[in-house]
Amino acid sequence: MSKPSDLLQGTLDLLILRTLALKPMHGWAIAARIQQTSQEVFQVTQGALYPALHRLEQQGWLRAEWRKTETGRDAKFYTLTRSGRAQLEKELAQWERLSSAVGLVIRMAED
Amino acid sequence: MLYPERWLDVALLRLRSLLRRSSVERDLDRELQFHLDQETEENVRLGLSPSAARSAALHRMGGVAQVQEECRDARRTHYIENFLRDLQYAGRALVKSPVFAFAAIATLTLGIGANTAIFQLLDAVRLRSLPVAEPHRLAQIDIPNLNFGILEYPDNLSYTLFQQIRDHQQAFSGVFAWNSGYSTLRIGRGAETRRVSALEVTGEFFSTLGIPPAAGRLLRPEDDVRGCPAPGVVLSYSFWQAEFGGNRSAIGSRLTVQDHPLEIVGVTPVGFSGPEVGPHFDLALPLCSISVLSNGDMTAFERRDYSWLNVMGRLKPGWTLTQASDHLRAISPGIIQATAPPGYSQNYLEHYLQSHLEAVAAATGVSRLREEYDRSLWLLLGLTGLVLLIACANVSNLMLARAGAREREFAVRLALGAGRGRLIRQTLTEGLLLATISATLGLALAACLSRAVLHFLEAGSNRLALDLTMDWRVLGITASVTVVICALLSLAPALRAVRGEPAEAMKLGARGLTAHRDGFRFQRLLVVVQVSISFMLAASAFLFVSSFRGLVTLDPGFRTQGILATTFELGKQEHDETVVRQLLEQVRATPQVESAAATTHFLIRSGMWSLILHTDAARRDSRFMWISPGFFATLGVPMLAGRDFSPNDGRTSPKVAIVNEIFAHIFFPGVNPIGKTFRTVKEPDYPEAEYEVVGLVKNTRYLALQAPEPPMAYIPGTQFPAGVTGNRIFVRSSTPLAAVETAIRRRIAAWRPATGMEFEGFQETIAQTLTRERLLAALSGFFGILAALLASVGLYGVLAYQTIRRRSEIGIRLALGATRGEIIQMVLKQAAVLVSFGLAIGVLGALAIGQSVASLLFGVSARDPLRLGAAAIALAAAAAIGCIVPARHAARLDPMNALRDE
Repeated sequence: MSKPSDLLQGTLDLLILRTLALKPMHGWAIAARIQQTSQEVFQVTQGALYPALHRLEQQGWLRAEWRKTETGRDAKFYTLTRSGRAQLEKELAQWERLSSAVGLVIRMAED
Repeated sequence: MLYPERWLDVALLRLRSLLRRSSVERDLDRELQFHLDQETEENVRLGLSPSAARSAALHRMGGVAQVQEECRDARRTHYIENFLRDLQYAGRALVKSPVFAFAAIATLTLGIGANTAIFQLLDAVRLRSLPVAEPHRLAQIDIPNLNFGILEYPDNLSYTLFQQIRDHQQAFSGVFAWNSGYSTLRIGRGAETRRVSALEVTGEFFSTLGIPPAAGRLLRPEDDVRGCPAPGVVLSYSFWQAEFGGNRSAIGSRLTVQDHPLEIVGVTPVGFSGPEVGPHFDLALPLCSISVLSNGDMTAFERRDYSWLNVMGRLKPGWTLTQASDHLRAISPGIIQATAPPGYSQNYLEHYLQSHLEAVAAATGVSRLREEYDRSLWLLLGLTGLVLLIACANVSNLMLARAGAREREFAVRLALGAGRGRLIRQTLTEGLLLATISATLGLALAACLSRAVLHFLEAGSNRLALDLTMDWRVLGITASVTVVICALLSLAPALRAVRGEPAEAMKLGARGLTAHRDGFRFQRLLVVVQVSISFMLAASAFLFVSSFRGLVTLDPGFRTQGILATTFELGKQEHDETVVRQLLEQVRATPQVESAAATTHFLIRSGMWSLILHTDAARRDSRFMWISPGFFATLGVPMLAGRDFSPNDGRTSPKVAIVNEIFAHIFFPGVNPIGKTFRTVKEPDYPEAEYEVVGLVKNTRYLALQAPEPPMAYIPGTQFPAGVTGNRIFVRSSTPLAAVETAIRRRIAAWRPATGMEFEGFQETIAQTLTRERLLAALSGFFGILAALLASVGLYGVLAYQTIRRRSEIGIRLALGATRGEIIQMVLKQAAVLVSFGLAIGVLGALAIGQSVASLLFGVSARDPLRLGAAAIALAAAAAIGCIVPARHAARLDPMNALRDE
């Protein structure tokens, strides 16, 4: 099981932004979603998730509001803002570059 | 890409985190709670029992408090929150030690307030630019070192010179002139008559300065033409407000000026008080109106030896001041040649012909006030600077003493895990709080103080238009200096605490047998500095106060008490010999008048007149006055030999003179001057003439109390070569002068109803000439007392702290048999060393800077040992008072108690 601290610095931000690009969600749903789509590789704990969410909100990339969930409970939903979307594009591009670079190095080492 | 809404979001979030802290915290709790609930439900769904599901969820979450803290950090407002908490803490700390808080705040307030006030005045007189368009492009045109003819002020030019400059120069886009020092005009009719200050300007004045009207129009070139068919009047903004309530209907109405109804054409903008700094004006008139208002008298415009105009120009684009000055110098010979006044002797004329024009920067306007008060204001600024310095030294001493007492507190807090940075921030906050409170109070003090000083300078009727609006730059500078100093000082103790090992500091605080020395070294230095600066302030107080006392008690050689200086305006009859003789008779016949005499000059108060004369022994200038018989009796000037003038000394009889001792000494050395003769050198209106000395009088002051007695010659008024004189009369009476004034007014009004009259108490007028000296004496006295007070408080602070730190040492000494007297002696001896060091340095400093204040002192040397000694004694006494309390306190220590505390 991979702990969040093992995630590359800033990767969690990327994952959150990418997840929220689909639709507004509350914190628990975000964590569940990441866990599910990564096929349980990433287990995001509260200790990492909420500071990250608050940080992203303070940067103006997310906007938060209280809404009712399907079960009728109050939850804090996060929405991606226009600037958040731009930030996601930027981080995605960076990630692509980084991962392909890492791939290159690894393959070369195999030769 | 920019997303403006993003910044708005961020700003709103930060604000919310700051202002609605509890609601933000609640939200966080709710959010985390929701997560926990979801997690629990999920676990239940996966088959765990409810309690197991909940504990699993809690376990996964880790420390709630930690998550919360991290979320708070994400808000990025904890710096501000901490600051606010520090501020609260600092406030509480100050309230808890009120004596310290009061001493520190009072000291700093005085320092900041006095500095700002004096700088404000200095700025208003000296540094501020004229409120006109592009003031730095303005230049004043004058002739350097011209001492020739009739000069209103040293930098004045004659009307012919102005015309020549205007017609021949190419460096300026416009040249204008105004009646230097402004004039006083009568407005209204009959009983409504009163006097206002008028600025008479050439037609290009307003357009060249670039001033827009507040209402109506300002004067134009076509207003100022020869003959002045229709002179219009422009009102100053304040006059418009005061007299017409700022009503626009004033424009176009008529104002009676010197009995001439003139049309009001406009109003100058608010804040424009004329090209001169200091004097204010109510009306602005075209220069040509001078001849109209004096019923066609063109003397001022025609006389080439009469310099009464200030001339300024605006530099053309691309011209520098130096280029303009060079240009003026180049065209000078022609202009000087063309404006040479006739009627002077060759010697005199050559001096004029050798002079040249120059241009000097005039962005800050011209100012007599500046010439008069410049040095004294700078000096005062220096003195207040010193006050601020000792104030800071004092506060830092207090802070160090306090910090020393808190060393243990810091140590405990460090030991309990307080962050070092946080500790430093907290002490800084405390310094900041002190400085902010003091700066705010200082602001209020400055406003009061500068107004008080202005009031002082205005003494009497002499209204000043100085712009004293609070200058934020000034306050900013003084306040930030204080803040920085305070911050640095408050830092020292925190750094000391942080540097050392907490355990060490705690031990020291608990059982230091003797105080460690390195902390004291700085404090001792501060005391020495403080005493030395205080000494300089005390010394200057003694010097200026005794200088002022010397002037006030000075015998000017004539009496001033019970003397009225009266001026009569007789209109067209002013130059009729019979009328002026009758005037004097009328005044003398008033029952309350004991004696009266006419004169061309009021001593000290009004101008001077010199002529060059020669005898066998000497050829040089002497002051001249034309007086009526009875002059010396009226003013109580003793006649030493010969006779007073008599009514027989008339226009056609042989010319006679009464001279003073210095005159006799210079022109007739070693012989009896009575019966001797001297010849004057010719000047316009004053043809060469021979006078016989018929009397000798004692010396008197002439133009200023401060200046030594000059050689003087008195001539009968009936022999005045330049027309008829006699409308200025000195009146002596032992009844109250107000009653005398009423009686004379009534009598003259019955005799000639249209006569204008002005009365001045001679003594008050002379006292007004000492405004500068009084101001210096009052303020330096105030600063001196302040300095002594601060020095004594400073010493008290240091010694009190030191005795607290040495409690156990003193306790042991007492236990081992030291007497209380010995303990007092020990403490005092230490203080005495510091004070003597301080005084020694102070004396050296006072001797070093003495030269620079010498010119502001009268009758006292800046290095006068008596005054310096007195200052030293006064300061030592103040210091002793500061020492005695802590010394006695130390001696009264109970050794048992002191040692048990360990």
